[in-house]
Amino acid sequence: MGTSYRLTEHAYDVVVVGAGGAGLRATLGMTASGLSTACITKVFPTRSHTVAAQGGMSAALANMGEDDWRWHMYDTVKGSDWLGDQDAIEYMCREAIPAVVELEHYGVPFSRTDDGRIYQRPFGGMTTRYGEGIAQRTCAAADRTGHAILHTLYQQSLKHNAEFFIEYFAVDLLMNEEGRCQGVLAWDLATGELHVFRAHMVLLATGGYGRTYFSCTSAHTCTGDGNAMVLRAGLPLQDMEFVQFHPTGIYGSGCLITEGVRGEGGYLTNAEGERFMERYAPNAKDLASRDVVSRSMTIEINEGRGVGEEKDHIQLHLEHLGADLINSKLPGIAESARIFAGIDVTREPIPVLPTVHYNMGGIPTNYKGEVVTLRDGDPDHVIPGLMAIGEAACVSVHGANRLGSNSLLDLIVFGRAAALRAVELVKPGEAHEQLNDGAVESVLDRFDKLRHAGGEIPVAELRIEMQKTMQSHAAVFRTGKLIEQGLTRLRELYSQMDNLRLSDRSMVWNTDLVEAIELTNLMPQAIVTAQSALNRKESRGAQARDDYPERDDENWMKHTLATIGENGDVQIDYRPVHMYTQTDEVEVIPPKARVY
Amino acid sequence: MAQFNLPANSVVKPGKTYPAAAGSGRVKKVVVYRYDPDSPENPRTDTYEIDLDTCGPMVLDALIKIKNEIDSTLTFRRSCREGICGSCSMNINGSNTLACIKAIEEIPGDIKVYPLPHMPVIKDLVVDLSRFYEQYASVKPWIKTQGPPPSGRERLQSKDDRERLEGLEECILCACCSTSCPSYWWNSDRYLGPAVLLQAYRWIADSRDEATVERLEELKDAFKLYRCHTIMNCTNTCPKGLNPAKTIAEIKKLTAATGS
Repeated sequence: MGTSYRLTEHAYDVVVVGAGGAGLRATLGMTASGLSTACITKVFPTRSHTVAAQGGMSAALANMGEDDWRWHMYDTVKGSDWLGDQDAIEYMCREAIPAVVELEHYGVPFSRTDDGRIYQRPFGGMTTRYGEGIAQRTCAAADRTGHAILHTLYQQSLKHNAEFFIEYFAVDLLMNEEGRCQGVLAWDLATGELHVFRAHMVLLATGGYGRTYFSCTSAHTCTGDGNAMVLRAGLPLQDMEFVQFHPTGIYGSGCLITEGVRGEGGYLTNAEGERFMERYAPNAKDLASRDVVSRSMTIEINEGRGVGEEKDHIQLHLEHLGADLINSKLPGIAESARIFAGIDVTREPIPVLPTVHYNMGGIPTNYKGEVVTLRDGDPDHVIPGLMAIGEAACVSVHGANRLGSNSLLDLIVFGRAAALRAVELVKPGEAHEQLNDGAVESVLDRFDKLRHAGGEIPVAELRIEMQKTMQSHAAVFRTGKLIEQGLTRLRELYSQMDNLRLSDRSMVWNTDLVEAIELTNLMPQAIVTAQSALNRKESRGAQARDDYPERDDENWMKHTLATIGENGDVQIDYRPVHMYTQTDEVEVIPPKARVY
Repeated sequence: MAQFNLPANSVVKPGKTYPAAAGSGRVKKVVVYRYDPDSPENPRTDTYEIDLDTCGPMVLDALIKIKNEIDSTLTFRRSCREGICGSCSMNINGSNTLACIKAIEEIPGDIKVYPLPHMPVIKDLVVDLSRFYEQYASVKPWIKTQGPPPSGRERLQSKDDRERLEGLEECILCACCSTSCPSYWWNSDRYLGPAVLLQAYRWIADSRDEATVERLEELKDAFKLYRCHTIMNCTNTCPKGLNPAKTIAEIKKLTAATGS
């Protein structure tokens, strides 16, 4: 080994990687319960991408009309196109109510109703009485709910004296020979030093991997680092073919315009000025679930009814809502539309386009946050020492398509659940077993090799090729042939990672190297996503295959598990969907045709 | 006459120039402060000529274009690219702002990009914000109440009371305001600065918080609060359009009203 890095070693009961909504909620819970907890994050906590969530967090509080968590569960199962695990969905929807109340108690500045309760707005796919009416279920702090929640969680973490390692980039998991996770190796950007964090439990809360695509609402930092660590550990990722396109990214920049706009009464039109969603979803119209709206918009554009010179986008109207409502409920998107589209939303529509937004797939876990895999016939085999939460995880509560405002909910409910489970499993102050030195060495080797990469291709060049390939070959509509072409290209790009050229060899804030590591994280996820999409020969939720346009419950009501070898070859396996509930308080919701 | 000597390496020297690629359309010069902690050299300004025809509309787009296509060693923070995470705060043509929402079009002539002023520079445009974050934690920016919250339901708050948080809770901790303040430049070891004072006031203004007296007592200090001399740079520079100067004035009024 030609590497000589000095390592600083730390020992904690638990290490959390990531300080977004899920990571902070877990850190807070475990710190408050007396576990020594380190939270490692590549950005300052309030800069995590949770901060960009706009519309709100769902919970059947019934503050603004009748509601029931069972209806919320039904909507979520239907939204998932019956790929969600119903025990986990039951847990999430029931726990939603105390979770929102807890956040309010923490101090989240929710918008309020006339009687002082938490304000709730309608959101796509959220109904009352099993699809009969429109529910007002999404708890909002204007259109900056993620910002409000993330800042409040950070404040609570300060209150509890949580320990943060900020702008530490987690390079990889440290697994022992038996497949137990023993900790993480991380790189302190400010000093350039490398650190080994020993832990009895590592929680990955590293978010999604939206940056595999050219146009996404995701932040530059959304590179799915935890997902990639899991793949490198030889473990599978689940349901990676399901990539959510948000109907309303701003045309050009891709910045998010919340579904809350349509929740507050906004609507979409095509070049003919037609409210086309009335044709595709006669009941829910513009508030159908995201996959349905994104497909409808894409069909309108493909059939020549797109707006603009290139007929390549759609218009989102909120002029009719009036300045008062916009200023009080949607001030943030008015600002974004002005800055990124040059639009005054009180006078003209916003040009929008379906834009990559969320990954339903990720690290398979049970509802307690423990990472699971299929082993020796057991589809729920728990990987010791490893948990995953938030967008990085696939619990699976979102199945094939996530409902808007169920994501902030997922972060809080499963961040809390994971903390509770870790407190059950880990004894405070327990001694650490012998560290697998081989694991440390191989991480250092990979790091050092990349740092000194002297090939021919700059990181940015390979990255954009990957992003454009995903954009054109794994988009809203897919065919086997298209995905295969994409995969061929992705494999070429994958092999070129040996030929990367870095210019910055330093250790302090070397963002050339950060982006290179992130690229080596993105690339296998891109391949696994495309391969999983090719493999699933049906249309369900966010996966719309023109060559297999129907949902096929008989053959495909199952989770995809995908692992990747060092050569880029993907192995596929399956786990069953949990078609059972945790309690008798609710019945299993059997699959049926999905109409909005 | 007194003579002042600048510390070694404090003079910023002109650095390299990267001319525009042949066949470029609208060329714009981007002059960027560079500092390499591993090198004994003085900081320098490198000049990159970029083609606006193949560049996004914002200054951050220009910086990313430079990093992607010309010089991958250029170092800066960025994340959300839509003005909500607060990572890419820097000094652009003399004003602190977020690079991701600063339109290139608004800048006549060359674009000049420096780190946030008077902050310790780690590398290029990345500054050390540790003290800023410690000051934030020092005002105990979390809700404090006497009794427990109601069981099983939210605290009530009227719409009017909630409205008092507007212009406060939107702060993204980008530090543009604090690092634009001459008082903060001079006394950042003891003066809290506009961002942290605004955050302190966010809890004073919250009808649910019951620690107003305690919070005001903490702030009533010749340095922590009263180093604000109403210069107003903070309000002029805030990329989110907030008014920290006004919130500081509110705190001063309240501390005055609570007597000595």
